[in-house]
Amino acid sequence: MSLTNEPARQPRVTSVLKARGLAKAFGSNVVLRDIDIDIRRGQVVALIGPSGSGKTTVLRSLNGLEIPDAGTVTFGSGDSSAELAIDFGAKVGKREVAALRDRSAMVFQHYNLFPHMTVLKNIIEGPVQVQKRPRAEAIAEAERLLERVGLADKRDAYPFELSGGQQQRVGIVRALALKPQLLLFDEPTSALDPELVGDVLGVIKELAEEGWTMVIVTHELAFAQHVADEVIFMDGGVVVERGPAAEVLRAPRQERTKLFVKRLQHDV
Amino acid sequence: MNWDLVWSSFGPLITGAVTGTIPLTLASFAFGLVLALVVALMRLSPNWLLSGLGRFYVSVIRGTPLLVQLFVIFFGLPSIGIRLDPWPSAIIAFSLNVGGYAAEIIRAAILSVPKGQWEAGHTIGMSRPQALVRIILPQAARVSVPPLSNTFISLVKDTSLASLILVTELFRNAQQIAAFSQEFMALYLQAALVYWVICLVLSTAQSAVEKRLDRYVAH
Repeated sequence: MSLTNEPARQPRVTSVLKARGLAKAFGSNVVLRDIDIDIRRGQVVALIGPSGSGKTTVLRSLNGLEIPDAGTVTFGSGDSSAELAIDFGAKVGKREVAALRDRSAMVFQHYNLFPHMTVLKNIIEGPVQVQKRPRAEAIAEAERLLERVGLADKRDAYPFELSGGQQQRVGIVRALALKPQLLLFDEPTSALDPELVGDVLGVIKELAEEGWTMVIVTHELAFAQHVADEVIFMDGGVVVERGPAAEVLRAPRQERTKLFVKRLQHDV
Repeated sequence: MNWDLVWSSFGPLITGAVTGTIPLTLASFAFGLVLALVVALMRLSPNWLLSGLGRFYVSVIRGTPLLVQLFVIFFGLPSIGIRLDPWPSAIIAFSLNVGGYAAEIIRAAILSVPKGQWEAGHTIGMSRPQALVRIILPQAARVSVPPLSNTFISLVKDTSLASLILVTELFRNAQQIAAFSQEFMALYLQAALVYWVICLVLSTAQSAVEKRLDRYVAH
């Protein structure tokens, strides 16, 4: 049995998302310059790089949590119907941002669960309140997902009663329950105690095996090499190197990538 | 001391509390809270005109005595043709006053909710108003209960000022009995006692509400 049964219904091969020329500055501080990203259906992309490299800003731009100053994002299966094109250079309205969020869901570094809601309510809030799906159906789906991440018994617990690893698994389930085309992870294990990291990475790995399309900002290089199809190394707001995970992480071509990979491996 | 008089005065004082002080407090607090929420949102608005208006309102309310506000409405407005009865005058004055103070409390409470909560709301597809109502305000409510309770308890006592514009409430009844019986000490202490009891009840209620809203935070 799979964790979810969503990706199967989606057409294969074509790209889910195409970002071109993303650029952003906060005042005089340029955080992104001319970023291009292509993500194909079922692909897992790992964004790595030192802090301040802009990788989180890229991720947040794909969910409309940051609005780049320039660049375009095209979403869709390529067969026209589900196409969404946003030009950040033009004025980006609420409708465009909503359309972007409709297609992607975010898992945060600090989980950002709603503390005043039980685990179940956290999960069904989006499906019921925003997507207007029938409550009973949303609950059944939430329970099934909770079961799969081993948290069925935490259904009625409040977030503060859970460990960090459990909270993050709820965060992942909350994102899955929205049935997005694209899952975005912002350093999903960085806030966790080391012994809790494994559980969360295990869940993400399962999702990758099931064919979910994902972009993961991470410092876990071993994990990235294991699950990612493509690794993008960013530094100073630009893409320094990109390619198959094994190549970029084991045999990087760029000096900066070599240094970064070496430093992280020494840290561990 | 005329103990019979003291004893029998509790009746009119309690009646004054039940038919004057308490409804005046409840109505003013309810209207005041609605007003406060509106003003708090105005102050948080990126629109400079709205936030400027909100700031101006708060500044005027907090910068002038409540008694003066009450007199402007009851004695001042008739000279520009707006004649209000004592009760509506009192409710308007107290509501406006609560609105000014509570707006700052609510604004601070909204700001105290971490930005990540807004983002989590947005990422599950919520609009700003939706995230405000479903995610932010329930959390802000918890933070604002202690300071709002303070405002509420102050309001109970402030309503005694309404006696000066002829609203029949607890303190006005005490004044009238004191005036004809000359038992000033007894009557004003009795009035104080009734106010104190009301506030004790409110403090207990506050603890209950806080406890209920605290059920989802670690201790």
